[in-house]
Amino acid sequence: MRVTLRVNGEEHETDVWEGESLLFALRERLGLPGSKNACEQGECGSCSVLLDGKLVCSCLVLAAQADGHEVLTVEGLAQDGRLHKVQQAFVAAGAVQCGFCTPGLVVAAADLLARNVYPSDDDIREALSGNLCRCTGYAKIFDAVRMAAAAL
Amino acid sequence: MSETAAPKLELGRVGEIVPRADGVPKVTGEFAYSSDLQAAGMLWGHTVRSPHAHARIVSIDLSQALAMPGVHAVLTHEDVPGAKRYGLEFPDQPVLASERVRYFGEPVALVAAEHPEQARRAGERVTVEYEPLAAIVDAERATEQEPLHPDGPTMGHGYRDDPRPNVVRSLVIRHGDPDAEGEVTVSGVYEVGIQDQAFLGPESGLAIPDGEGGVDIHVATQWLHVDRDQVAPCLNLQSEQVRIHLAGVGGAFGGREDLSMQIHGALLALHTNRPVKMVYSREESFVGHIHRHPAKIWAEHRATREGRLVNVRVRVLLDGGAYASSSTAVTSNAASFAAGPYKVDNALIESTCVYTNNPPCGAMRGFGAVQVCFAHEAQMDKLAAALDIDPIELRLLNALEPGDSLPTGQKITGTLPVAEVIRRAAALDPPEPEELPRDPLRLPGGTGNTTRGEGVRRGVGFAVGFKNIGYSEGFDDYTAARVRLLPDGSAEIHCAAAEVGQGVANVILQVARTELGARKVVLAPHTTATVDSAGSASASRMTWMASGAVRDACRAALAELERKGDGGEVDIERIYRHPRTTPLDPETGQITGERAHVAYACAAMRVVAEVDVDLGLTRVVWIGTAQDVGKAVNPQAVTGQIEGGTAQGLGLALMEEIQTRDGLITNASFTDYLIPTTLDMPPVVSELIEEAEPDAPYGAKGVGEPPTVVSTAAVVAALRAATGRELNRVPVSPDDVVGL
Repeated sequence: MRVTLRVNGEEHETDVWEGESLLFALRERLGLPGSKNACEQGECGSCSVLLDGKLVCSCLVLAAQADGHEVLTVEGLAQDGRLHKVQQAFVAAGAVQCGFCTPGLVVAAADLLARNVYPSDDDIREALSGNLCRCTGYAKIFDAVRMAAAAL
Repeated sequence: MSETAAPKLELGRVGEIVPRADGVPKVTGEFAYSSDLQAAGMLWGHTVRSPHAHARIVSIDLSQALAMPGVHAVLTHEDVPGAKRYGLEFPDQPVLASERVRYFGEPVALVAAEHPEQARRAGERVTVEYEPLAAIVDAERATEQEPLHPDGPTMGHGYRDDPRPNVVRSLVIRHGDPDAEGEVTVSGVYEVGIQDQAFLGPESGLAIPDGEGGVDIHVATQWLHVDRDQVAPCLNLQSEQVRIHLAGVGGAFGGREDLSMQIHGALLALHTNRPVKMVYSREESFVGHIHRHPAKIWAEHRATREGRLVNVRVRVLLDGGAYASSSTAVTSNAASFAAGPYKVDNALIESTCVYTNNPPCGAMRGFGAVQVCFAHEAQMDKLAAALDIDPIELRLLNALEPGDSLPTGQKITGTLPVAEVIRRAAALDPPEPEELPRDPLRLPGGTGNTTRGEGVRRGVGFAVGFKNIGYSEGFDDYTAARVRLLPDGSAEIHCAAAEVGQGVANVILQVARTELGARKVVLAPHTTATVDSAGSASASRMTWMASGAVRDACRAALAELERKGDGGEVDIERIYRHPRTTPLDPETGQITGERAHVAYACAAMRVVAEVDVDLGLTRVVWIGTAQDVGKAVNPQAVTGQIEGGTAQGLGLALMEEIQTRDGLITNASFTDYLIPTTLDMPPVVSELIEEAEPDAPYGAKGVGEPPTVVSTAAVVAALRAATGRELNRVPVSPDDVVGL
């Protein structure tokens, strides 16, 4: 079937198989592999994107469900060649190791800061609890989110 | 707040905080992981796996699968043109099973198709008739059962050749008088479940035929050249015809030491003459790589009334699963570190690993030292209680120091500040208990809102542990680096050291900047095509080894530039080796030269936990740790390793276990195999103890493993303190906590 997705402000038309997830369509049909596939069941958050401004796991959304909707992926966070404050902070704080979880965490953290400019440590922990990271133990990710919040 | 707000971008030499070279592409999504690769005309590969833990293959029928839409190839063991078996150390594992399968998920056939879903569905139509066999699943009985590998693949390699069936390796260390009596004896039996590396980036890669019979394999791995040396014979190719290129690696932790899709992808690519991509699902990843060995450990500690260890007697049984992988080295490590970082004049240590039909086990961060640290630290606390001595004082009284000998007879010649890490970790002040009422997020049970604080007890635990750095027992361990000094004043560094997230790419760049001064330095892609082997990104060795190789190559290149004097290009490769090791005596477990291990690193950790003693729920509140790092090449990366390594040890203590029933894995998903989340990890305060290691370039020791070695033991010690229970098995379950 043919779907139209508005991704990072750009309209894309593509053919998808009915069973394909939004994640598969982004990665394999639209050339946007930034969103990662690590669990395929909404447990790890590596595929987090904003669908009409709402944080979702794109592995749990069918491409067909996203037809006609607005999607923001990690590739769309930087504006005019300037990294988002969250992205800058992740690099500066050492919050990236293997980086496989990073796209999802960056999207989830940007979403948190868009809703809550002064998050407490508990707010950060709760907001990011759906994003697994196996490398960092999260300490530097918390640093990065605090750093980004202070810079916004 | 982080201490890293003002990175010194302009220098980036050894000892400075340097943001990751790959940091920006990783935060923008541009960084290409092995699962992100594409090529024109690409097909998708899929692996058909055994649903049995042990079975005889009666027949394989491919006709239905071949007739499925989009299918280009279906391959079995008959299509493997070269060696039918491979292995990291012993070639005991079939590329594709032929006569029998020995574990759940063992590869049996391969499919290549246009779409991954077509490949998967065709895989379902591969008809394999199995005759199920009784599975060997109890490691304690394995040595009395039918041999899974009658040819004894690990025998005749200089280890003690144990005549019992299914022994992978058995090692006995006899030290002093193994029967020496003490005035006080404590004993215990400890168990460790199967832990998974659970890296987030699933096994994946892209194999591209070169049109001349060879193949390029882009893959996430830990050691490019050892992959090549296993792949080429199975494809019946010369090693130059197989080029392994490092694709972006989504974490490793030991789980990418063994091959995954490398041979399979190459077979499909060469057969179809098309690029073939393979990406494991999460479920497949859980069966597609080796795990940490589950262990059972019997320990007896004999001491004087003053608390000095007199004799440590330990028996370790490791379940290696169906194939050898690196089990022989894990067996040896478990023996080497079984007594802990303590001075003891007499010891009897036996470590045995067996073949079973359980999931295959091999390398995972900590590599044999994790399991025994859990046991020896529980024993030290037990001994402290029996003697009514403060547990930290007891550890200080027995702490190893340079000049002391280990049970293998090896004298500690480098740095090993055991007493210092104990003192520094013990001096870290945990926060005061938080008052009630409080947000449930900060109570055991969390937002499950299971308690308002009633039944919650606080406990403080402590542990210390150590581990070797580098490959041991006579292994010819080396790393190559190649430096090109270009006429424009820049430098290009080639080193095949696998960047798996740990930050070795930055280490290489920092060393090159340190040695080459003002030159602009770039790191060439990691590949087997342009430089000799770097060895494995494992055993906490890569920082040490890559530093040595890059340092030596840079210095040689500068000397050559000066000698030539014409300002033209210089291109020099150098091999670095760490001090030579020799094997352990197969009968006594004693060293046969100066050293069996290159060097050691230690860490101590203090943990505060709260436990709901009614419901068995736990919350780790705070962790403070001191680690012997030699020299921190990049302090931010070092603390990152400590925090991440601690999280993996906490996971083993509290939640992580591959569960099996008759050898079949029953929790192969992130829904059922739990790893720590943001809500599980407390703040970690890290103290870096910098005592330069004399044999190491810049004095730097590897830092990845010690935090994992020690944290499982330290977390469980805190739970014991809170509950008063023995808790002799990890992961600790709620039932264990409440005594059900």
